[in-house]
Amino acid sequence: MEKNINITLKVWRQRGPQEKGAFETHQLENISTESSFLEMLDVLNEKLVKGGQEPVVFDHDCREGICGMCSLYINGHPHGKDTEVTTCQLHMRRFNDGDTITIEPWRSAAFPVIRDLMVDRSAYDKIMQAGGYTSVNTGGIPDANAIPIPKTIADEAMDAASCIGCGACVAACKNGSAMLFVSAKVSQLALLPQGKVEAAKRVKAMIAKMDELGFGNCTNTRACEAECPKGVSISNIARLNREFICAKLKD
Amino acid sequence: MATIDSKIPKGPLAQKWTNYKNHQKLVNPANKRKLDIIVVGTGLAGASAAASLGALGFNVLNFCIQDSPRRAHSIAAQGGINAAKNYQNDGDSVYRLFYDTIKGGDYRAREANVYRLAEVSNSIIDQCVAQGVPFAREYGGLLDNRSFGGAQVSRTFYAKGQTGQQLLLGAYSALSRQVNKGTVKLYTRYEMLDVVIIEGRARGIIARNLVTGKIERFFGHAVVIGTGGYGNTYFLSTNAMGSNGSAAMQIYRKGAYFANPCYAQIHPTCIPVHGDIQSKLTLMSESLRNDGRIWVPKKLEDAKAIQEGRKTANDIPDEDRDFYLERRYPAFGNLVPRDVASRAAKERCDKGYGVNNTGLAVYLDFKYAIQRLGADVVAQKYGNLFQMYEKITDENPYEVPMKIFPAIHYTMGGIWVDYELMTSIPGLFAIGEANFSDHGANRLGASALMQGLADGYFVLPYTIQNYLADQIQVARMSTDLPEFVEAEKAVQDKINKLMSIRGKRSVDSIHKELGHVMWEYVGMGRTKEGLEIAMKKLKEIKKEFWSNVFIPGEANTLNTELEKALRLSDFLEIGYLMAIDGYNRNESCGGHFREEFQTEEGEALRQDDQYSYVACWKYTGENSDPELLKEPLDYEETERKTRNYKN
Repeated sequence: MEKNINITLKVWRQRGPQEKGAFETHQLENISTESSFLEMLDVLNEKLVKGGQEPVVFDHDCREGICGMCSLYINGHPHGKDTEVTTCQLHMRRFNDGDTITIEPWRSAAFPVIRDLMVDRSAYDKIMQAGGYTSVNTGGIPDANAIPIPKTIADEAMDAASCIGCGACVAACKNGSAMLFVSAKVSQLALLPQGKVEAAKRVKAMIAKMDELGFGNCTNTRACEAECPKGVSISNIARLNREFICAKLKD
Repeated sequence: MATIDSKIPKGPLAQKWTNYKNHQKLVNPANKRKLDIIVVGTGLAGASAAASLGALGFNVLNFCIQDSPRRAHSIAAQGGINAAKNYQNDGDSVYRLFYDTIKGGDYRAREANVYRLAEVSNSIIDQCVAQGVPFAREYGGLLDNRSFGGAQVSRTFYAKGQTGQQLLLGAYSALSRQVNKGTVKLYTRYEMLDVVIIEGRARGIIARNLVTGKIERFFGHAVVIGTGGYGNTYFLSTNAMGSNGSAAMQIYRKGAYFANPCYAQIHPTCIPVHGDIQSKLTLMSESLRNDGRIWVPKKLEDAKAIQEGRKTANDIPDEDRDFYLERRYPAFGNLVPRDVASRAAKERCDKGYGVNNTGLAVYLDFKYAIQRLGADVVAQKYGNLFQMYEKITDENPYEVPMKIFPAIHYTMGGIWVDYELMTSIPGLFAIGEANFSDHGANRLGASALMQGLADGYFVLPYTIQNYLADQIQVARMSTDLPEFVEAEKAVQDKINKLMSIRGKRSVDSIHKELGHVMWEYVGMGRTKEGLEIAMKKLKEIKKEFWSNVFIPGEANTLNTELEKALRLSDFLEIGYLMAIDGYNRNESCGGHFREEFQTEEGEALRQDDQYSYVACWKYTGENSDPELLKEPLDYEETERKTRNYKN
């Protein structure tokens, strides 16, 4: 049932990537449990602006869990403690009256803070640019039904493809590894006949770029899988490793 | 008065696009790399255009306001994409897709554009499959389809409930490949603030780096706007928080016509509003209407008991449920087009049959589908949508029906373009939701993805060459030219003015006020008197904004409040354009319902003899009303009828 709660926020404020940050404490009263976590932050920002202060900066856009823009580390969990949700889908009914909530940005060497809770995730784009595609131009394509694909394979590719590129896996990983993100794309394309053509080249290029950008390695703690808002499985990492070893052996 | 030339090629409808391509001018490969094209936006239209133009060999500059091209709001489209493949052998064809789209648009779209859209639809599916888009498949390995509103065939391709995401990631992959090749340069976290016109042609843009706050100048031989729709004028909509109509308004003020602004789509199946700090509305895919049945109680006392929390949906026996869409529209049932379904929900709620505490909701029930197909099959089809619903509302749709209500979702109106997708400013193009061209007064489900990708992959890469072929002698221009300097100064002046107001109201508080006026008077049901009130109120809110808004911080650095204020300044103008267009259009059609014009049964009543035209609004200055220009709509292939979804 809907009710109103009072909470204390400890929010990370940091002016720029080179500047020193600190937690700032705010009290909020009468927050409806029906509202979303980001709507609660809207209330905080409205309060700050009314008081002549600058709002807390955080990334957000679609607010329905699909764009991957929102990226808050809440009480020690990327996207909060609820399972398979993004920050924007987290609702205040998951909190109790009197709670203190700590909000931090993603913390990873590869994702520098831009301001407050906003980080730079362009490293993900760079990995994609290294090989996260099939090399086809527009047009001149055979009929979509020309190559039948078993339903189980298509479904498995879809599960891997549901990654939203939010970066929670990197934020959750003690090594700051991007293996779940990379493996999701490598798996999707390696499973499908359209992507198999360049599978070996792709896996080598994407892994080389990932290493170059300062992401860590995977030590199978499964923290990424536990925190992934889309439930992407670490079996994809196993497939990534297989694809990588096979590709290297052929060199 | 300016004349409107839509440049529709001659010849029979089915031959027009082929004839056009056979005779258009092209640019040879050596010249392509000398030509710069600015593409603003990285949604389905922008990303597919940038990737395709890059692959052709043009030098592309691609801008987006988010941190990555993959975030554009196309990603949130759930249900699917239409194509005339006829894989189901159920009688589909290019003509039928064309016809359904024209009819669904309530006979207010251009025949030639819509036919071309239907014609290229099949290539889009081929393209996406080649990119590795994991569309749903049958056990035999071939592609699966489902039905969407306004069609009697199954022509919708889908990838779970994440079709927009998968199509956008496909386009983003193609774009990433071009970035790697060096044909496309990405500018993320950049916002366009004006277009630069030199000797009557679009030659570049002024953009603000959202991280540093720096205003920068960019040259292009041509400029393409793919910045989406303006649904956020209403504050609450299914659009993303950053979706805005500012690029459209910037080019409108520079002379591009704004067409049919009053055509806004209200989607029937969204999660209802819960309170006044709500920031956005969440859509539940139209595909749910394949298997979900929409109903409200038959008896007012049951509705009242539900509103007061004394009864729940499961307390109402089947015989006391009013499946009002099935009752009113037997032939299409729950799959009537969106405008029809939205108005029917409003009608029931206005009469007091709504089913939540505000009385503004109807049920979408899966009990019958679960009985017929089993919970497993339903979960396979809609599992992620059910999960999303449960996370937001804390109710399990496998056990209790979903509660839904209409919300602003898409805008059919937009920047006027000719057959070549060029605006009334030479060298300036508009694609995807940002233009007005293909959906008439109402868009059918699963057609937005089709149009965005059609424009970007298969139309613009041809038509833009017909323009650029004459530009190969034009050398890259310096951004120190006076036109660039002046445009930048005007942007800087506007920002300085906003920062210096230092009033008492936050940007959001004024935006919410605008949204209330829009929903109340320019929403699902409009009247002459209501629109007059809206225009008056909008002028007052605009005055309040320019005298009492407060923006903290500095302009020359990251400033999210300034970003919102700049967008709101344009929403205020769009709201006025929507109201004036709705006021002018004395008829009901598609997404524009004027209560004075309805049949005895409450259906939309068009006035074809007077309003069979595209309303193109031309900017005349800061303080004067825009001028109305008309592009007549001629129907050669289709006979205009009153839409009938009953039999």
